[in-house]
Amino acid sequence: MTNHWVDYQNSDVFMNIGLNTAENHPVSMKWIEKAQKENDAKLICVDPRFTRTAAVADLYAPIRPGTNIAFLGGIINYVLKNEHYNKEYIQNFTNASYLIDPEFSFDEGMFSGANSEISEISYDKSSWSYQRDEDGEIIKDESLTDPNCVFQLLKEHYSRYDLDTVSEITGCPRDNFEEVAELFSSTGEPDRAGNIMYAMGITQFSHGSQNVRSIAMLQLLLGNMGVAGGGVNAQRGQSNVQGACDTGMLFHLVPGYMGVPRAELHPTLADYFEVETPDSGYWTNKPKFFVSLLKAFWGDNANADNDFCYDYLPKLDDRDRSHMTMFKEMKEGNINGLISWADNPAVSGPSAGSEREYLANLDWLISVDIFENETASFWKEPGVDSTDIKTEVFLLPAALHIERSGSITNSGRWIQWRNKSLEAPEDAKSDLWIADRLFKAVREAYQDEGGAFPEPILEMNWDYGEKPDPELVAQELNGYYTENGELVEDFTRLKDDGSTVSGSWIYAGYYNDEENPATKARVPETEGIGSHPGWAFSWPLNRRIIYNRAGADPEGKPWNPDRPVIWWNGNQWQMNDVPDFNAGVPPEETANTPFIMLPELQARLFAPGLAEGPFPEHYEPWESPIRNILSQTQFNPASRVLYPEDRAEVGSEDYPYIATSYRVTEHYQTGVMTRNMPWLNEAMPDIFVEISETLAEKLDVESGEKVVVTTKRGEIEVAACVTPRLKPFKVNGREIEMVGMLWHWGYAGASKGPVANDLTPSIGDANTNIPEYKAFLCNVRKGGR
Amino acid sequence: MPLTRRDFLKVSGMVAGGLFFNKKGQNLLKAEAYNDLKIEYATEAATICSYCSVGCGMISHIQDGELINIEGDPDHPINEGTLCSKGSSYFNMVNIYDDEGEARPNPGRVTKVFYRAPYSERWQVKDWDWALDKMAERIKETRDETFETTDDNGVTVNRTTAIAHLGSAMCNNEENYIFHKLVRSLGLVNIDHCARL
Repeated sequence: MTNHWVDYQNSDVFMNIGLNTAENHPVSMKWIEKAQKENDAKLICVDPRFTRTAAVADLYAPIRPGTNIAFLGGIINYVLKNEHYNKEYIQNFTNASYLIDPEFSFDEGMFSGANSEISEISYDKSSWSYQRDEDGEIIKDESLTDPNCVFQLLKEHYSRYDLDTVSEITGCPRDNFEEVAELFSSTGEPDRAGNIMYAMGITQFSHGSQNVRSIAMLQLLLGNMGVAGGGVNAQRGQSNVQGACDTGMLFHLVPGYMGVPRAELHPTLADYFEVETPDSGYWTNKPKFFVSLLKAFWGDNANADNDFCYDYLPKLDDRDRSHMTMFKEMKEGNINGLISWADNPAVSGPSAGSEREYLANLDWLISVDIFENETASFWKEPGVDSTDIKTEVFLLPAALHIERSGSITNSGRWIQWRNKSLEAPEDAKSDLWIADRLFKAVREAYQDEGGAFPEPILEMNWDYGEKPDPELVAQELNGYYTENGELVEDFTRLKDDGSTVSGSWIYAGYYNDEENPATKARVPETEGIGSHPGWAFSWPLNRRIIYNRAGADPEGKPWNPDRPVIWWNGNQWQMNDVPDFNAGVPPEETANTPFIMLPELQARLFAPGLAEGPFPEHYEPWESPIRNILSQTQFNPASRVLYPEDRAEVGSEDYPYIATSYRVTEHYQTGVMTRNMPWLNEAMPDIFVEISETLAEKLDVESGEKVVVTTKRGEIEVAACVTPRLKPFKVNGREIEMVGMLWHWGYAGASKGPVANDLTPSIGDANTNIPEYKAFLCNVRKGGR
Repeated sequence: MPLTRRDFLKVSGMVAGGLFFNKKGQNLLKAEAYNDLKIEYATEAATICSYCSVGCGMISHIQDGELINIEGDPDHPINEGTLCSKGSSYFNMVNIYDDEGEARPNPGRVTKVFYRAPYSERWQVKDWDWALDKMAERIKETRDETFETTDDNGVTVNRTTAIAHLGSAMCNNEENYIFHKLVRSLGLVNIDHCARL
């Protein structure tokens, strides 16, 4: 999130798209409802179903799964056509005025530079670039009228997303859609704040990244970034998914969102700095953060003479190494061992039935959890002959959240401390203890026997005590001075000469005082805009609303004087938050540089870094009931197709219905925790699929009766739940039914049921390789036979 | 008499329905409830809910080493004391009630190290020392057999592509951070977690 939960109270219009806040982030609804009641704020809910969030919305709009780019693109077009944008904002704070290479073009769903016309293309992006003068400066047209400027290209691109076309694609009735566009674009008024919230109903598509881009672009056009009540607000699904990303639990990153060293690009540390450090913007400090990380890893062994042990970090090859690829590598026998902490891909993975088969190719599997999960017990699945499975499995007993101390980071980037209150039962141990002992056991084995390149293990900086102390780890994560061990105050103190240590630079400051660390702070705000700066620590630098320079106009006047984040009083900056700019200088010096993490210092309406194009373009999901209306390019041409044979053809008669997946409030993710809790099992006892009254009639099925749902990947038999919350979509002159699947169940735990993800496809977004769980094709027939 | 959850729901339903209020609107149960507050002698600790990412504050109440209650933290600026159905059921992750209405440890908890040998049809219970040695041996074998110091272009890579690691959105920051140190020291590049899904 660029903003945070309590800040929702400051919004004038909410667009809830691709998530169901009332069901999945229930407590946060209080801040939405507060804004509705006290500020006459309006909630728009855009969802394929009439959800619990829709039930309290002021305006509901149905949308066919997988058509968010068309929907959001239609609003962008509406904003541009009707001049609802904040012109001063986009002129000063975005790249709207930049001139683009005249070679840049777009035709039939493809941008210039496509290297082939089949799927999984990669683009030559040389024409997706800014025009520069002889000195290398970007050429701009502040009047925004040059046909090659970003603003004009944007208008041209989105002119195709007119009301009728959007309605045809999305299945949202034209008037209904226009009402949404009109209401949300009212936040283009400088003193009105629009908040777009999203979750997996935006990201889990073969074009998920471009869905998010569409949201960011719309928010920039309306001037909703950096203001209280605005923002691009990803509602994360798990209590510490934010923190797990911050600490680099992703193949392409090391902690603090720095790229992992790659063999091809960064053979040496000098190469890494050369390639990864931009010429301008805050990332010019990257070497300080990276060297501080290497010092955290290899301590006194890391020094300037040995490039701070840079070669001890493994280098990535030229491959994607994310979840789906990992399992494909297992399939092909290239991965022999898996360590899994409280993860359960046997239920959560796409085409999960196949993923379970691939687990049997492992020599060993280590799973750490509080209850027996389906991944650890994949060999016990009904119908599987375990005497055929070679895999050695270790299931390690973990402590509960209240049985261990440490911090977690919520969606609003608040790093909050958990205090241990209970001893773990019997042999259960904290994950910290388990990781500590496992590391020490491996280190001992290398000490005793030697082996392949043991130095990174033997020289690792690792001393958290006999019983590992999370506070010691926290101090290393925060960072300290090597000279005296004193904690660094914040990341502005970090150096690239080896004199500082920090495990994740963005966390510097969260634990900078041994006695009273900021992460444990518990002082609620008594007056202000709800920033609560004295409660916990919000990365970076305890900043609650990021990009907040854009919350005031170039002269420093807040766009909304009633809810100012920062403002210039004529002599100095005043603030309700930690400034995201140099507040030691008058406003004219930061008048057009609010986006400090980008080399341009201005936000990108035109983004040349993405895989499939600098502007989002509507493509159908990989599996779709219809041909793409907007161009001849059917699905995202840059998306990652892992198993082409697993695809139902466009408009397939065997799989005539759209399927999507979602959760209920009573259960959590793969259900490992909640399906072992009798109270929740009583409240929501069984898996079901939701179908419309019209489809139920056609299938001759009533609520509670069994139906069989099939896709190209598998089939499950579950109870049908017939509701008026689903209606068929009117798309391009046809009526198309949708089936909604819950997916919390599996064959372990106290409440058992089929694994719904056996049905979902393994097709990945072009930039992130997230699977397309939210839109695919299925068939349904009456079951129980 | 201990209340079962069902009785509790009945009682709370009656409270909600106003059955325990007299004609003046006074709560007839109130005085008795306050005299018998079960958390009166408990130790409190603040924590954060384990489910979604709103980050609601919770207070656990411990007495004689046992969890007797867990509820929303009224001082917390986000949830202001409230919790959802999952958060307010957290107690049930630790303890369930048996048919007599007595709390006992959730029988589903994994509290021992379980080991499944190749081609076996069952778990065996092991101790930590045995398991740690065995796991270290497996990791070392796989790593040593597959370790690459340089790639085809002669670039130093110091990696193994034969071991995969899934970190966790259920673990604390400090835990994920040391997972990262552990797996990079081993030379792993197959590193991911459920944020990808």
